[in-house]
Amino acid sequence: MENLASIFVKSIFVDNMIFAYFLGMCSYLAVSKTVKTSTGLGIAVIFVLGITVPVNYLINNYLLSSGALAWLSPALANMDLSFLSFIMFIAVIASMVQLVEMIIEKFSPALYNSLGIFLPLIAVNCAILGGSLFMQEREYVNLTEATVFGLGSGVGWFLAIVGIAAIREKLKYSNVPAPLRGLGITFIITGLMGIAFMTFMGIKL
Amino acid sequence: MSVKIESEPLFSAKNVKLITDPLNRNNPITVLVLGICSALAVTVKLEPSVVMAISVIAVLTIANVITSLLRNTIPSRIRIIVQLVIIASLVILVDEILKAFAYDVSKQLSVFVGLIITNCIIMGRLEAFALGNKPWPSTLDGLGNGIGYGIILVIVGFFRELLGSGTLWDYRIIPDSFYIKNGGFYENNGLFILPPMALIIVGIIIWIQRSRTRELIEKE
Repeated sequence: MENLASIFVKSIFVDNMIFAYFLGMCSYLAVSKTVKTSTGLGIAVIFVLGITVPVNYLINNYLLSSGALAWLSPALANMDLSFLSFIMFIAVIASMVQLVEMIIEKFSPALYNSLGIFLPLIAVNCAILGGSLFMQEREYVNLTEATVFGLGSGVGWFLAIVGIAAIREKLKYSNVPAPLRGLGITFIITGLMGIAFMTFMGIKL
Repeated sequence: MSVKIESEPLFSAKNVKLITDPLNRNNPITVLVLGICSALAVTVKLEPSVVMAISVIAVLTIANVITSLLRNTIPSRIRIIVQLVIIASLVILVDEILKAFAYDVSKQLSVFVGLIITNCIIMGRLEAFALGNKPWPSTLDGLGNGIGYGIILVIVGFFRELLGSGTLWDYRIIPDSFYIKNGGFYENNGLFILPPMALIIVGIIIWIQRSRTRELIEKE
């Protein structure tokens, strides 16, 4: 349990997708104009990360990594398909996003209306593929850890985008130098928020 | 940027513009805000920045050409998946080449080589340009955008390595005797090694670029 809590907190604050790795910056900058839309996108990201990371974990551990095919037949114990992982992960993400979209549309039209437009965007959000690749690189020992890591990264991304959206809403009333207006100041503020997040570095539970 | 305009039709004024435009007016990072995701994390040092820039230029140009050649045969309903497959196969190639010939750099870049797949510049250029243009202009467009992306990467990497570690390409620029621990007066600015500084440097690049090219300034 302790271990899980530590992974969760670490993935939210210390290894924050945006402030530590700049993943998902494109949609982060494009959609963070109002708090309402960014909340929608943030929840969609948590949702998709929470699903794709464990699925890719299973695929990585039972199909791709070296010796993973041993459960199928001993003859395959020397197979190493890990070079295929990029293409597998992106295929899983693209199809998962499609599937999730269809399921939500069927069972919860209200949620679909609020998330709907963001879901297709998410397939090419680097944070999602990044989550799976980090999962592969850090070698989590079981499915629960991978799931917790996926959810935690999503929550970290959510916090970041809602935070910047709140600041940008207030920023409309301030007098920013003309060439810095819009994109430039958003970059600098994200940098400052990142410095604030650095204070979490080294925290262990 | 002074590019010679030759009389051949291959380098007509329109084609040259395809290369030079993304360098400033339509820079993928500072103006179109594409491909920031993998751009900033690799710029702690100059070497990985250059390697990353070259990888993206290669993937973008080749993917542009392939998509452009296939543009009349790809059904538009499944084009995204086709594009992803083209990009992913090229990225796998780049990854394997890096692992074979530049293992240290490939370790430093870690997951970010894989993230070229979801680099918005590549999807963006395939969607916006290669699907509707002939192979040769697409090649130039890919090159131009890749270089526009690479320039920003190299600038950021240059400043972060110089000010953060006092070296360039792992070659010492600021002499050892300047450092406080050796009795000098200089200390590296540790902040430049941390990720947030990359964002601030890009913010400053945008500021400088927009104050020189005033029509890029955003209107409220």
